[in-house]
Amino acid sequence: MADSNPIDYASVPDQRGHFGPYGGRFVSETLMDALEELETLYEKLSRDPEFQAEFDRDLAHYVGRPSPLYFAERLSAKVGGAQIWLKREDLNHTGAHKVNNTIGQALLAKHMGKPRVIAETGAGQHGVATATVAARLGLKCQVYMGAEDVKRQALNVYRMKLLGAEVIPVTSGSKTLKDAMNEAMRDWVTNIDDTFYIIGTVAGPHPYPKLVRDFQCVIGREAREQSLAQAGRLPDALVACVGGGSNAIGLFHPFLEDQDVAMYGVEAGGDGLETGRHAAPLASGRPGVLHGNRTYLMEDENGQIIETHSVSAGLDYPGVGPEHSWLKDVGRVNYVDATDTEALAAFRELTLVEGIMPALESSHAVAYAMKLAATMRPDQIIVVNLSGRGDKDIHTVAGIDGISV
Amino acid sequence: MSRIQQCFDALRASGRKALIPYVTAGDPNPEMTLPLMHELVEAGVDVIELGIPFSDPMADGPVIQLAMERALAHNVSLRQVMEMVREFRTTNQTTPVVLMGYLNPMERMGYETFAREAAAAGIDGVLTVDLPPEEAEEVAPLFREHGLDCIFLLAPTTTLARARKICEHASGYVYYVSLKGVTGSAALNVTEVADKLAQLRTVTDLPIGVGFGIRDGASAAAVAGVADGVVVGSVLVNQIAAHVGEPEQARAGITAVIREMRAAMDR
Repeated sequence: MADSNPIDYASVPDQRGHFGPYGGRFVSETLMDALEELETLYEKLSRDPEFQAEFDRDLAHYVGRPSPLYFAERLSAKVGGAQIWLKREDLNHTGAHKVNNTIGQALLAKHMGKPRVIAETGAGQHGVATATVAARLGLKCQVYMGAEDVKRQALNVYRMKLLGAEVIPVTSGSKTLKDAMNEAMRDWVTNIDDTFYIIGTVAGPHPYPKLVRDFQCVIGREAREQSLAQAGRLPDALVACVGGGSNAIGLFHPFLEDQDVAMYGVEAGGDGLETGRHAAPLASGRPGVLHGNRTYLMEDENGQIIETHSVSAGLDYPGVGPEHSWLKDVGRVNYVDATDTEALAAFRELTLVEGIMPALESSHAVAYAMKLAATMRPDQIIVVNLSGRGDKDIHTVAGIDGISV
Repeated sequence: MSRIQQCFDALRASGRKALIPYVTAGDPNPEMTLPLMHELVEAGVDVIELGIPFSDPMADGPVIQLAMERALAHNVSLRQVMEMVREFRTTNQTTPVVLMGYLNPMERMGYETFAREAAAAGIDGVLTVDLPPEEAEEVAPLFREHGLDCIFLLAPTTTLARARKICEHASGYVYYVSLKGVTGSAALNVTEVADKLAQLRTVTDLPIGVGFGIRDGASAAAVAGVADGVVVGSVLVNQIAAHVGEPEQARAGITAVIREMRAAMDR
């Protein structure tokens, strides 16, 4: 792409939190002051070397970073095309990329002197990552989780309880991630004086999409260095799953200026896009306003948000981070999908061939990467964000197999 | 002069305060709303806030969430809500009606279409919970062009500098949210509200309505002592929830609450 008028990826979000027409701050008045306070503090701390050093130290010694970039040689050979490399976020403390962000936001909460944190969670990974940092910093922690997801992710619910957090099942609406986010917002508006809301993805009102992105960009920065060091060059393609999209933006963002690196964000295709039972707003939705930002949404003709479907609780969300909406419109990232069936097949394949059990969310990325690799040459490189490990999904997979464990 | 302004001017002239009920349109079914609006007027209300059902009412407590779920079970759409007001206007040309809701249904319809059709239906103002003035630069002028007042929220957390900015964009009245919380929250603190309103009066001449935490004649009268309008919602919606399938009892329960408040406010 030898464009004479290149896109300035560092220009978004603007001062008001807009990514082109997306993002922004669509919340009720009570929250505006707290968001401005958070923005001011974050602007200051993001340029403060001491804060950054504290963050980096925690990532190194508590999370266990850098996470490896691993060449999945047997999987690549089996697919018979490009080399598939895995960015092993599953090896982080708590088993997913989510902790990169909760470490960062918990440090912000500490700087603001807030004794209590709240979070929403879908698969439970963000809830666990929040409960973990809350335990470490001695913060009171309550996690909102859709009642459906509480059932689907019993193991993570118990993990959060062991970590001293209170898990509050949300029974309103569709009883999944979006309703948990509604409820967390309601809690925040009520307890704004003493509470920090740790949002788990690159969505919500400004400055959340920006600060969560910044905290997650460690994934892409490491992957870029590791690719240069281990493969001697940049990858040809990046693949990551997209629910809210924090692991994807974390991998993609540091590569956006590298025009020869193609990018694929994989949404949850559920039963297939043609059935309407999926969670792929970028593929089939349209722009609207939900949870404090304008972004692609799954909605009906009256602007009501519709229920989504995915085998993976973490992707079961009708919106997506506003930066992804913008990256779709400017054409920098290709947004594609993998169905439940494809994701489950990839889960089994990676487990059998590499001895790595991916989260069902990440399995969507693996599934698409396998399809993509087959169309590419063996000297080409795909980096897949293996955003989480699959232990939490064993019950779901066993259930599909008709086995109760 | 807008219907809302006329209403507040007349109230000021007679030394009374506005009683502003909120009900969710189409709760518990679409047949309920039109007769309820007329009965509210007969019981002594001044302005009606009509809630637009939305699937994700982030700023509302459980009472109004469930009201919206009941309305959405009948697929009550923004277009139908406007139609209800159009019918209301065939016999009532004086009581201002404000639509209150979330942005997405309006965005989906298209702001130009919405503003034009809302004005034609006889709607007087729009209060969009998740649209602070910072994001209203496109929408607010469009609404005003069509003669719709933009009602903005002010909160306990709103600084005076910010309140000044908000009031510059507002018309009709401003809505002061009496406490940090969602609709249907615990009782408000009238002294705190009085202090805040005294500050707000230094930055705006617009009438100030106060809502959240008003549940009976006593609290309505207390708020009426310091505000220009009293907004009451969850306590009315509770009557609907308690009498689903018994529309007459629900309406009787609501008008009883309204009459009690009206009497206490006018005493």
